[in-house]
Amino acid sequence: MIDFQNVTMVYDAGNRALDSISLHIDDGEFVFLVGPSGSGKSTIIRLLTAELVPTSGSINVNGYQLEKIKNRSIPYLRRTVGVIFQDFRLIENKTVFENVAFSMRVIGASSKQIKKRVPYVLDLVGLENRGRRYPNELSGGEQQRVAIARALVNNPSMIIADEPTGNLDPVRSYEIMMLLERINALGTTVMVVTHERELVNRFTKRVIAIDEGRVINDGMDGYYINEEN
Amino acid sequence: MTEWMGTISMKRIRKLGYLFKEGVHNMFSHGFMSFAAIAVTVACLVIIGCFSAILYNLSRMVNTLERENRVIAYIDESYDSQTAKTVETAIRRLDNIQEAKFVSREEAGARFIEQQGGGEAYEGIDANTFLDRVVITLEDNAKMDETVQVISQVQGVDHVNARTELAKGFTTIQRVLNIASAAIILVLLIVSLFMISNTIKLAMYDRRDEIGIMKMIGATNRFIRFPYFVEGFLIGVISCALAFFITWGIYDLIAAQIQRVDALQLFDIVPFLNLLLPMVATFGVAGLFVGVFGSVMSIRKFMDV
Repeated sequence: MIDFQNVTMVYDAGNRALDSISLHIDDGEFVFLVGPSGSGKSTIIRLLTAELVPTSGSINVNGYQLEKIKNRSIPYLRRTVGVIFQDFRLIENKTVFENVAFSMRVIGASSKQIKKRVPYVLDLVGLENRGRRYPNELSGGEQQRVAIARALVNNPSMIIADEPTGNLDPVRSYEIMMLLERINALGTTVMVVTHERELVNRFTKRVIAIDEGRVINDGMDGYYINEEN
Repeated sequence: MTEWMGTISMKRIRKLGYLFKEGVHNMFSHGFMSFAAIAVTVACLVIIGCFSAILYNLSRMVNTLERENRVIAYIDESYDSQTAKTVETAIRRLDNIQEAKFVSREEAGARFIEQQGGGEAYEGIDANTFLDRVVITLEDNAKMDETVQVISQVQGVDHVNARTELAKGFTTIQRVLNIASAAIILVLLIVSLFMISNTIKLAMYDRRDEIGIMKMIGATNRFIRFPYFVEGFLIGVISCALAFFITWGIYDLIAAQIQRVDALQLFDIVPFLNLLLPMVATFGVAGLFVGVFGSVMSIRKFMDV
């Protein structure tokens, strides 16, 4: 669950990235967060993962009150939120299996648990035969699937995908979105941050549009609203 | 509850085991960096070790020489041998006296003749030419002036012979040796510390993306730090072990060379085995301190990634 109440974020340089934003995303929802570059999308992600502290307002993510979260609680918040990035952010000197298993190591899972869970998740994302490969031996779409597997492996209640298809061709992009939709169908909240209008419009999902740090549209019509619409 | 606690501690042990393995793996995967850190630390520790050993030997020699610098209290010639001996007891009761030994005028005369190599020229020397005396070794030669003053006041003491200037010289040498050794050891320790710290900092800089990923997937700071801590610890342990054996080798080599040269026979070199414990302790503490503190210092700066 995500709940923003009148959240304002002003950076040290005086740049107002978010201007009194309020939004609520329930457990199990699939939401697109759209907007042009510099609209405040990345700031929202950094706030959701407690990389930033809001200047004012309150943020609740999976029960953690982020405006007053203690440093020692941040890792535990992040374990409830799986994040996927445009540039995949995989560890190059670890195999696909090790990259995914690494997330489980962090939370102290046993080798037995890892050996059971990682193949299951790799199978879920369609990489059952790629476990021994290194990231640089995979295509962009496959690398993004590894990132999704890593985000999923600890069973987070929410997945945040930051421009997950930014480096992929349209066919791979569609496949990744289908995969995220399948993950959502299994009960995980999914928030996809993107500015790819065509992709958003192919799915009938809730779309939250922001511009200049404000919510300019929040609807279930499944359309990317921007200045061209 | 007990079962739950058991699960938690098993989890911890498992995590520690994994992190320890990661630390060992890191040390090998940072190949050249680790080699550089070990090489620099070994070099610094060897210099520290050799320097300490030299200083120890010098200090010991100065001590021995200092002990030779005795104070002699001559006893009033009107005292007979029996009364003269009471002066020895009186001196022994004073502060800063390690040893006080009565030497009769006869013994003094015999010793004098012996020192001169004997011979006819000294035959017939009357023992009364000499004075009864007390030969005194002080606990602390730095206080020689004050002690000589007190000894002079003892009843029956005619006059006191003490080489106070020499004592001051020895004290100064000791002080200089102590200060120089402390300063050099400190500087070398700091150099090693910065080298290790820098190596680990470079390693962390090299892996900042990985650290970012670890933080993103919910790794605690402790989880991220521990392998680096292990790496620093291992670098410290390996360095101190290598440095210890290298120092041992160098020391024995130098000692053997000194023993071979006649002119240097007056240098009584202590066998390395006698220095074993203090050396092991010094290397252990220095190596671990430099390794662990060096890594902790550099990690701190990188945890705000």
